[in-house]
Amino acid sequence: MSWMVWTLPTAIFFSSIAAMLAGMTVWELRSPSIERKGFLPISTTRGDRLFISLLSAAFIHLGVVGFTAFPILLASAISVIWLFIMMRWG
Amino acid sequence: MNNKVQNNRAWLLVLPMLVLVAFSAIIPLMTVVNYSVQDVLGPNARFFTGTEWFTTMLNDPNLQAAFGRQVLFSLTILAIQIPLGIGIALLMPKKGWQASAVLILITMPLLVPWNVVGSIWQIFTRGDIGLMGWSLGEIGINYNITRNAGDAWFTIILMDVWHWTPLVAMLCYSGLRSIPEAYYQAARIDRASKWAVFRYIQLPKLINVLVIAVLLRFMHSFMIYAEPFVLTGGGPGSSTTFLTQSLATMAIGQQDLGPSAAFSIIYFLVILLVSWIFYTTIMHMQKDKNSQGGA
Repeated sequence: MSWMVWTLPTAIFFSSIAAMLAGMTVWELRSPSIERKGFLPISTTRGDRLFISLLSAAFIHLGVVGFTAFPILLASAISVIWLFIMMRWG
Repeated sequence: MNNKVQNNRAWLLVLPMLVLVAFSAIIPLMTVVNYSVQDVLGPNARFFTGTEWFTTMLNDPNLQAAFGRQVLFSLTILAIQIPLGIGIALLMPKKGWQASAVLILITMPLLVPWNVVGSIWQIFTRGDIGLMGWSLGEIGINYNITRNAGDAWFTIILMDVWHWTPLVAMLCYSGLRSIPEAYYQAARIDRASKWAVFRYIQLPKLINVLVIAVLLRFMHSFMIYAEPFVLTGGGPGSSTTFLTQSLATMAIGQQDLGPSAAFSIIYFLVILLVSWIFYTTIMHMQKDKNSQGGA
């Protein structure tokens, strides 16, 4: 695996993505998601909302890293709050 | 919706495909992410740089300009190819040997490989031995794609229109063929004008294929590489250097693996976002259609 040049932060990143996917699978098996409409203009399932949160998290991070001087952890904090808002009311 | 958990064992059949995709896409992508936060000089010499590459790439004026050109190029060819494709599809014969003949003739450009298209146009537009370049010169137009950025842009757009409008036309043609004759009969009874037939029968029935055409053409043009690379090499200056070419120069030409990895991820995220918007739009339209009873 040395050719993949792993680092600790990226390993944590991919582990948490994998954990999220596994968690979503278990959740889905326990209680299947029902499509519903929140504040987004389209009706979404749980998986859709996770995907939208993750994609917007990526852009939040790019925005903070590229165009502001704030630390990256601020972007992560915003993303986590955004993830929660999306999953609950999206 | 029922709340009972279904038998999900069929999902196991997806596993072989998942292994294949992991091998060809997921694992390489993870490696790209790893590269994007480091300066890798060799197998044993690498330094953690954190988000530095991302900051550099996002603020690089050359890349920002290439991104702008890329967006401008995609929007321009969409604005030309979609209406033109619809127009061609409307004019194409509907049945008989003429229909087959026209279909074959129109499909020809699609069969030419990208780099060959670039070469064809490169020679075609030369002032000394190319038909178009020579003719334009003879009638007194100063046309030179290696010196004049406007000419280079014009030629690249013309080339892309020539190469890819047939795809839009074929998609629209198949969409038009699927409209039942009864719609046209009803329109004739109402003495509907040609425009009304187009506006209220043909266009609504074409929307689905048009969304697919826009998606395909956007993706293709946003990743265009070989054609402008062969035709102009990104010049004159950097006036036709698109994102793919900047990326290739950085990654393969200069071996700047860290910055190009960061850049690839940004590029990938933009494409992912656009594809997702298109995909959601398509699915959303189909859902609306079903809920209206197929209207």
